[in-house]
Amino acid sequence: MPVILQVANLVKRFGSLTAVDGVSFDIHEGSCFGLLGPNGAGKTTTIEMMEGIKLPDEGSILYRGQPLDREFRNQAGIMFQTTALQDFVTVREILLQFSRFYPDSYPIDDLADRFALHEFLGQDTRRLSGGQKQRLLLAIALINRPQILFLDEPTTGLDPQSRRNLWHEVQRIKEQGATILLTTHYMEEAYELCDEIAIMDHGRVIAHDKPDALLAAHFNDVVVQLRQSDMPPEIGEREFEATYRNDAAHIVTGDVNATIEQLLHHDIPLDHLRIRARNLEDLFLELTGRELRA
Amino acid sequence: MWNRIYALFVARNLEFFRDRSSLGWNILFPIVVIFVFAYAFNEDNPEKYKVGVVGELPSEGPAAGFGTTRFVNFIDFDDVEAGRVKVERHQVDLLFEPGTRRYWINRTSPNGYIVEKLLIAAYSGASENPAQNLVEGDEIRYIDWVIPGVISMNIMWGALFGIGYVIVRYRKFGILKRISATPVTAMEFLCAQILSRLWVLLVVNLVIYVGMDLFVDFRMHGSYFSLLLVFLLGCINLICCGLVVAARISSEEVANGVLNLFSWPMMFLSGIWFSLEGAHPWMQNFAQLLPLTHVTDAAREIMIDGASIVQVADHLLILGISSLVLLAIGARIFRWE
Repeated sequence: MPVILQVANLVKRFGSLTAVDGVSFDIHEGSCFGLLGPNGAGKTTTIEMMEGIKLPDEGSILYRGQPLDREFRNQAGIMFQTTALQDFVTVREILLQFSRFYPDSYPIDDLADRFALHEFLGQDTRRLSGGQKQRLLLAIALINRPQILFLDEPTTGLDPQSRRNLWHEVQRIKEQGATILLTTHYMEEAYELCDEIAIMDHGRVIAHDKPDALLAAHFNDVVVQLRQSDMPPEIGEREFEATYRNDAAHIVTGDVNATIEQLLHHDIPLDHLRIRARNLEDLFLELTGRELRA
Repeated sequence: MWNRIYALFVARNLEFFRDRSSLGWNILFPIVVIFVFAYAFNEDNPEKYKVGVVGELPSEGPAAGFGTTRFVNFIDFDDVEAGRVKVERHQVDLLFEPGTRRYWINRTSPNGYIVEKLLIAAYSGASENPAQNLVEGDEIRYIDWVIPGVISMNIMWGALFGIGYVIVRYRKFGILKRISATPVTAMEFLCAQILSRLWVLLVVNLVIYVGMDLFVDFRMHGSYFSLLLVFLLGCINLICCGLVVAARISSEEVANGVLNLFSWPMMFLSGIWFSLEGAHPWMQNFAQLLPLTHVTDAAREIMIDGASIVQVADHLLILGISSLVLLAIGARIFRWE
């Protein structure tokens, strides 16, 4: 697949803080590229430079081999992390406003059908629920039939059902051939949607590959997970080098049989035992020593 | 381009006209102000008499004391004609030319009668009394004088805050950022805001003018077209002032402070409420720097004197040129974020 967006040596400073520090990667046409990292890692600054909203202090961004220009604006769809809409304007009116900004826009009724907005078309945008507003913002981002779509933490603050619905929409957009750049701090979201991910921390990309390739490159072991109440930290940390988070003990092992035998030997109840493959959250913890959602 | 400007224009209009409280306030406020000032304070500075003087008042001789009379405000005029017009309109109670010992009063002015007695008393020891000249003319009531000012003031508030505050709010809440992610250019966005505000201000002030015309009898001796042109240029100029203020600020509190810094001096030093004749020269010079002074003066000249466009061309030229300069500055320093 050809490269649609090329990012090279991006640097962005805010006073003495270097928010983005030499970030480079290529995004291939038709792929979904995920930028992962905790809050403050530099994801939003990076994506906003790629959207042309912020100017980098150093480095270059090329869209189809050209610097970001007016044609890029016509071809890019953007959904910011937070967006306020004008007051006293209905859903239909805001869609109409944005559709007039572009030379070629989707008919509003088609978008309303697709994003289940029909019954809210006459409603003031301030009275929409969180999920409805995200759907509207995604509809606005798609109104110009974008060839590249930027989604900055699109599901933050949504309930699980709304999040799943939005994932479904993103999958559909991808199937239609658009390139997607997504930032998220949800590991599951990145794994579900992205063909390629870059993990950022302190303004740098610390790992970059296909999700499974990243996991395979870093892990050849699994996690045995137990309830914290079943295995108190004094035994877990001493005997199993377990780590504790979210009320659970996590034991990393390359030999599951031996670990279970050892657990039985210490009379640890196994009723709530789970064995899972290592995931992106583990990878992030391994790489940075910090939790992804921290 | 026009499609994008039209889209922004429509959205801003919808927002303004649907915000009932703001719309109501925009119309109600100037009407309340006019009624309060027209009827509660109908006397223009009643404690002071105004004497226009052409030349120097005698500092020695029998009439030397006249120039120090208490409660009389002495106003210098360069020539008799300028002072005579003021006497005709009751804006000056008496005009005196010490060099020729001639004075002019309006026979229908009670204040003129009293000041005339003071003048004659001051010259009682002199060999020759000052010579009386009578002028005629209807009094320009305070309401005739204040209405052009109040409409100008309403335009000022509507333009400065209607543009400045709205753009700053758009920036603060990220609405500008979202628009910047579309093909809309800064100039297109600013044009849409100017057009939207211009149209709103003209409609609102037309409603106010017509409403007042129904209930209050005030002078309108000039052409409506000339008056519209003055207010149109005034709106554009003050909107451009608002654009400059809002070009970069992203805090409503800061915007509020800066807009007040612009608006309050104009409120009191543009001659909306009281004439600046007799004020310190620096204040009069400063007033000439304020766009509202030119809007108000031009509107008064048209409404009260029936001045033509050519006669107010100096004001229109100043407003037009400064609008272009302000727009260029506003567009140059404008930031989406």
